[in-house]
Amino acid sequence: MTRIMRVALLGVLAVVLAAGPALAQEKVKIGFITSLSGPAGIIGEHMKNSVELALDHLGRKVGGLDVEVIYGDDQRKPDVGKQLADEMLKKHKVHFVSGIIWSNVMLAVAPTVTSAGTLMIGTNAGPHQLAGKMCNELYFTTSWQNDQTPEAMGKYMRDQGITDVYAMAPNYAAGKDMISGFKRYFEAKLVGEVYTKLGQQDYQAEISQLRAANPKAVFVFYPGDMGIQFLKQYAQSGLREQIPLYSVYTVDEISLPVVKEAALGQWETRYWSPDLKNAANQKYVSDYKKKYGKMPVFYGAQSYDGIMLIDSAVRAVKGDLSNTKGMVAAMRKADYKSTRGTYTYNVNHHPIQNFYLLRAVKGAGGQLEMQIQKTVFENHKDAYYKECGMKW
Amino acid sequence: MSLATRARPAAMALGLVALAAVPVLASVLDQPFYVDLFRRVMIFAVAALSLDVILGYGGMVSFGHAAYLGIGAYAVGVTTYHGVSNGYAQWALAIVASMVVALAIGAISIRTSGVYFIMITLAFTQMLYYLGISIEEYGGDDGMRLATKSQFPGVLDIGNPAAFYYVVLGILVLFLYLAHRLVNARFGMVIRATKSNEPRARAVGFSPYPYKLIAFAVAGGMCGLAGALLVNQTEYLTPEFMHWTRSGEIMFMVILGGMGTLVGPVVGALVFLLLEQVLSAWTEHWQIILGPFLVLVVLFARRGLWGLLPPGAGRNG
Amino acid sequence: MTVLLIVEQVLNGLQYGVMLFLMAAGLTLVFGIMNLVNLAHGSLYMVGAYLATFFYTQTGSFLLAALLALPATLVVGIVVELVALRTLYERDHLDQVLATFGLILFFNELVAIVWGRSALYTTLPAWLSGHVVVLPGLRYSVYRALVILVGLAVAILLWLVVSRTRLGMLIRAGASNRTMLSALGVNVTLLYTVVFGFGAALAGLAGLMAGPIYAVQTGMGEQILIQVFVVIVIGGIGSIRGALVGAILVGMVDTFGVFVKPMLGTVLSPVAADSAGPAIASMLIYLLMAVVLALRPQGLFPTRAS
Repeated sequence: MTRIMRVALLGVLAVVLAAGPALAQEKVKIGFITSLSGPAGIIGEHMKNSVELALDHLGRKVGGLDVEVIYGDDQRKPDVGKQLADEMLKKHKVHFVSGIIWSNVMLAVAPTVTSAGTLMIGTNAGPHQLAGKMCNELYFTTSWQNDQTPEAMGKYMRDQGITDVYAMAPNYAAGKDMISGFKRYFEAKLVGEVYTKLGQQDYQAEISQLRAANPKAVFVFYPGDMGIQFLKQYAQSGLREQIPLYSVYTVDEISLPVVKEAALGQWETRYWSPDLKNAANQKYVSDYKKKYGKMPVFYGAQSYDGIMLIDSAVRAVKGDLSNTKGMVAAMRKADYKSTRGTYTYNVNHHPIQNFYLLRAVKGAGGQLEMQIQKTVFENHKDAYYKECGMKW
Repeated sequence: MSLATRARPAAMALGLVALAAVPVLASVLDQPFYVDLFRRVMIFAVAALSLDVILGYGGMVSFGHAAYLGIGAYAVGVTTYHGVSNGYAQWALAIVASMVVALAIGAISIRTSGVYFIMITLAFTQMLYYLGISIEEYGGDDGMRLATKSQFPGVLDIGNPAAFYYVVLGILVLFLYLAHRLVNARFGMVIRATKSNEPRARAVGFSPYPYKLIAFAVAGGMCGLAGALLVNQTEYLTPEFMHWTRSGEIMFMVILGGMGTLVGPVVGALVFLLLEQVLSAWTEHWQIILGPFLVLVVLFARRGLWGLLPPGAGRNG
Repeated sequence: MTVLLIVEQVLNGLQYGVMLFLMAAGLTLVFGIMNLVNLAHGSLYMVGAYLATFFYTQTGSFLLAALLALPATLVVGIVVELVALRTLYERDHLDQVLATFGLILFFNELVAIVWGRSALYTTLPAWLSGHVVVLPGLRYSVYRALVILVGLAVAILLWLVVSRTRLGMLIRAGASNRTMLSALGVNVTLLYTVVFGFGAALAGLAGLMAGPIYAVQTGMGEQILIQVFVVIVIGGIGSIRGALVGAILVGMVDTFGVFVKPMLGTVLSPVAADSAGPAIASMLIYLLMAVVLALRPQGLFPTRAS
């Protein structure tokens, strides 16, 4: 009995030790963290698909080197994301960490990665801390700073002369950024400002409170799964015909196929849309549709861009992955074909880019799709870059 | 036969040597990850051991033990947030705060029994969980990063992975020894007597309530220190420390290893976390194996893995 | 705060309450009669939701999907009882908690393998996705109104079964003294299987009705499970009446938690109300349970003769 026990314990130990990678090879290792399970899994799936599509387009090489992408599922939890990052750094010894949907997860992951001297390429979350005081040489994003998109919506709604707005968002880092961005350009006082639990599914009680407050318009930020739920319930409560709804990151290619008519005619602001006319985007959109049989969404476009940005950096240092300084310098040029067209990086490594007004309309085939209506901001900078001490 | 009676001490000694060798092996193999992994194992071993004191010896099925993990973690996280990162103060606070909360929860819960005890301990932990979620100042739902690890200036730096590892190992061994003394002392005898037959314990003149309450508080304090260690390990504070599934996992570690033995919870934590690591590396659907495994352990290996070893001369090794 | 708002929130509380009741009814019977703490009850709720979604996408008819999903969940429940839970009746609560915790892991992973990890979303048929005018100025979702009606109908039906039929008599007898019941020559094994199966079907009904309101996802059962336990502990284990009262109470308390913040705002500073409000709101039902247990340790409607 005792020998069996001993052998078993040693066996477990041996298996664990052998599970680690044997030898480091000259291969680019990218740790890609996103939400692959639960309600947010629908977002992560688009990001993962887009990473794979980018690798297809690059001939399964990044910067000319073989590549291995290790996917991690953060379950929308900051602590899980941080644990994954630790594991990727220490166990898999990745050269880049990329991905991250949620700002709260990003705030846990980015400092972990950069303090280990590894490059962090965010492809969605844009918490204001990382654009301002916590900006870092090793941190880049291919998306935006959270405040920017609602700033565009705030400007549009103010220009429309809309007043008495009631705002709702999930209670986490990005939710607060979104409302503060909105207020920065909307300027007038909000009649209500409600934060719900991140990942909440049922908004009925909050919708009842909203109805009682009787505002003239509603502004919300409900990304991914939350958007699907909110849009459905807003329509089912009969409020859609009574109080117009404006949103950011809520009506998109993820929610449209599910909520359908309940989102027809909705307004959004965004830096990207599938109908943006540039070669990189048209290739991305048509190949995505071909490979996965559905429309891509901005989460995917950013992730595709993330891999392309990494490719440009590895190419610039001729595959010398130890040359971190060289890679940072290369990425600052944003010298790759982005799906949004050309853009530049601000001092805080956040894009300076255009923001458009989008609307959910019936497309040629009768299906709902997002279409650009007009440009709200050109080469828009985020509100925090002056707090970032980086000079280059 | 003589070999069999020495099985437990031999396995214990072997295990201790193996644990002590982990940082050395990891540095030789250039696999720093395993220092983190086994440190995590030992931290959960401390938590499981503390639960075993009341569950295995005292028969109190607390389904809310993760609460103290959370309180210990918050004690460190909150003081660090306010600029106090002295390790002695933080860890002492973690223990004291957890004991105080355990006293309060225990004072109410121990009056109930059976399934009501399970449910009321769960309910109190849920309350603390939601309290953690709603305190925005300390990160709320998001949790917050631990800016600096607990500081022991001039003595040691737990920022060094190996140093921190041996601190945790030392605490584990110390707690094993203390728990051994506790359960074999008169106090422990009373606790065990009330578990096996509470009316009889009353009949011979013991009022079980204060004994159970003190055991409950001591277990809470031990688990609080595990929480303080865990937050230093993850460098991230989150209400998830107190999630009810975490309570379930700690309980499972105790049963898996063998409740009512002291080494059992350590074996349970080791096997549970290593299984999780190995299975999840092997298949994404590892829980479909872990779940039925759990059912089988409950149904057929009632005494746990450690219980499979023939007991030695000392009864509670 | 208008009358209309309160009426609407009462409806919301009722809707959540009947959902909890459907879950609690099965759980409290299994608990009361077989003395089994079944954490995996939430898994049956999840299975019901997945099966209904599956049948809905296959058949295109919401009603047909519901009619198929119910017996399917009942069968799943009976299989689980026969294979795993039957051996647990004689074990102590600790074993039951752990073994059914293991079943949760198994079921969560099983649906993840079959249907993927991403949540499923269904679009309600047009006749259910609109709204009705309950009172002048108050529109309410047709679907939620239907959930309330179905829930109340099931409650009445259950009450009739338990109080008027032979099966109900056995159930009541089992809840108060099961040893006596088997001594009287009742086929207890069969009774257990039947009760468990119907409990599963009720959980499945709750799951299939929850599908369009919440996301259908692995792990959805655990989100509601803990609250269901609160319901049956408040109501008194084994009591259907207790489950109904407890469920409505918990549903109302949970829904009216949105008022805590504005109410605190009138006595505290806005900042203090902002931070204390959500904390108190989410702890309310657990406070309720602690208070009930402190005053009546056996719950509001105790059944067990002790």
